[in-house]
Order: sequence, then C-alpha cells, then structure tokens
Amino acid sequence: MNVPAAWYLILAAILFGVGAFGLLTRRSALIMFMCLELMLNAVNLTFVTFARTLSDIGGQATVFFVMVVAAAEVTVGLGIVVAIFRRRTSTSVDELSEMKG
Amino acid sequence: MLALSYAVPSILIFITAALLTLVGAFGVLVMKNPVHSALSLIMTLFGVAVAFIAQSADFLAAVQIIVYAGAIVVLFLFVIMFLGVDRNDTVRVDPLVGQRVFAGAGVVITVGGLIALMARAHWVTGAMSVSTGGVALAPGSGNVQQLGTAVFTTYIFAFEATAALLIIAVVGAVLLARRERTSDESES
Repeated sequence: MNVPAAWYLILAAILFGVGAFGLLTRRSALIMFMCLELMLNAVNLTFVTFARTLSDIGGQATVFFVMVVAAAEVTVGLGIVVAIFRRRTSTSVDELSEMKG
Repeated sequence: MLALSYAVPSILIFITAALLTLVGAFGVLVMKNPVHSALSLIMTLFGVAVAFIAQSADFLAAVQIIVYAGAIVVLFLFVIMFLGVDRNDTVRVDPLVGQRVFAGAGVVITVGGLIALMARAHWVTGAMSVSTGGVALAPGSGNVQQLGTAVFTTYIFAFEATAALLIIAVVGAVLLARRERTSDESES
C-alpha cells in the first residue's frame, strides 16, 4: 500500500511555505524566481497527489499545463531581469524603487 | 520501477523524496551564491520527480526532469553567468524593518492553516470528475496514454492556448533581452 496522501500534501505545504518565505525575504530577483519555482512545484505535487487520491487524470493534465506556463513565465521573467540588469547593473529588487509614490 | 516498488517500501521512497525536496528547498533559501541556489533547486526538482513517480505520474516525472531540471535551471544558470551576478549578495541589511519576522509569521500561519485544513477537511467526496467520466487512474506508466487522451480531447483548447503562449513568451523574451541598437551602449 502506498503512503497516505496527507503526507505528500504536508510535504507540499512545507515546500510552499519555504518558497513563500524565500520570495518574501530574498533580495535578488533571480533567487525570487527560484523560490517561485519552489511554490509552483509544491502546487504541482498537490495536484498529482489529488490526481492519485481521486483517480482523476485531470490533475495530471493540469500539472502539465502548469509546467508549460512556468516555463513561459521563467523565460519572460529572466528576459526582464536581463533588461533591468542592462540599465541598473544589479538584480536586487530594492534598487528598483524609483517608481514608489 | 514496478519491480523496485515491490522491493522498496513506499515509505522509504517518500522519505527520500521528502529529504531531497526539503534539503534542496532550504538550500535555495539560505545559499548566498545564486549558482548554489540553482543547484539546490535541481535537488528539489529531483525530489519532486521522485514523488511524482511514487504516485504513478511517470510522464510528469520525466517532463519534470527534462523541462525543469534540464531547461529552466539551465536558463537560470545561463542568466546568472551571463550577468555575472554569481558573486555573493552583499546586501545584508533589511530595508524593511521586521520583514523577516512578518514573512516568517505569515508563512507559519499559512502552512499551519493548510495542514490544519488537511487534518480536518474531508476532501474525498467520492464523486468522480466530469472531465474523465471517473475512469480510474492506471498504475505505472500506463497512464501516459490516459494523460495524452485527456490533453488532446478534454483539454485541447488549453493545449492550443499554451502553444500560443509559448510562442508569445519566446518572442517576448527575445524582445526584452535584445540589445537596443539605437540607445547608447555605455551602460552595458
């Protein structure tokens, strides 16, 4: 018999929490993107766990689409990071504060 | 994989996946060097792939390795080394007072709420989804066929939309990262 689904869900919750904490506290835009990937993977793990629990392939199909969207998001995000680095020579998000009101 | 799952208890597979995942995640969190963070991210992605295989999502595990560990992390490493930011982060002061404390408190509340929800809620209602008509998930690699059928029938519109999204993302990334010819080149 397999491991209970709740264990995987708790693992995914902790992974999501670690990613969220990193996203909130790290200063480098690159590290923030990596933490975003951690959160996306946590949600993917939740989807796969529920797909197994509910015997529904829809969860796995959703994970497939989440992966595609994550790839697109990383591509555009890193393009933005490169464009910002050209102007500011830094990837720290704290230095992008000239638009604050 | 089938023979392995008979030989190795699934609890060991879960522990392996959890260790890989969490150690990698904390590595991403605490590493000062972005390259080390990216390598820790690979570790986490492998752990999640192990969890996928343990839950009979073999195709997604393969896609996880190929797309995430193979493409996305390489893209991260490429950008890190292209920009030359693989030095240590020198910013050690918190620009916002108490940011770590508030972030930690918010994360603890969120994760605690999620776990409490899991402990108390009854999410398994027994109702089958309308999308697949309640077809049971085939164990092992047999569900590649199921996944393909679902993606190309039920989710065909989303599939085409993601194709368009990928094209738009590639064009957008090229436009964003392109060096402008007309502006001065002194900054870069």
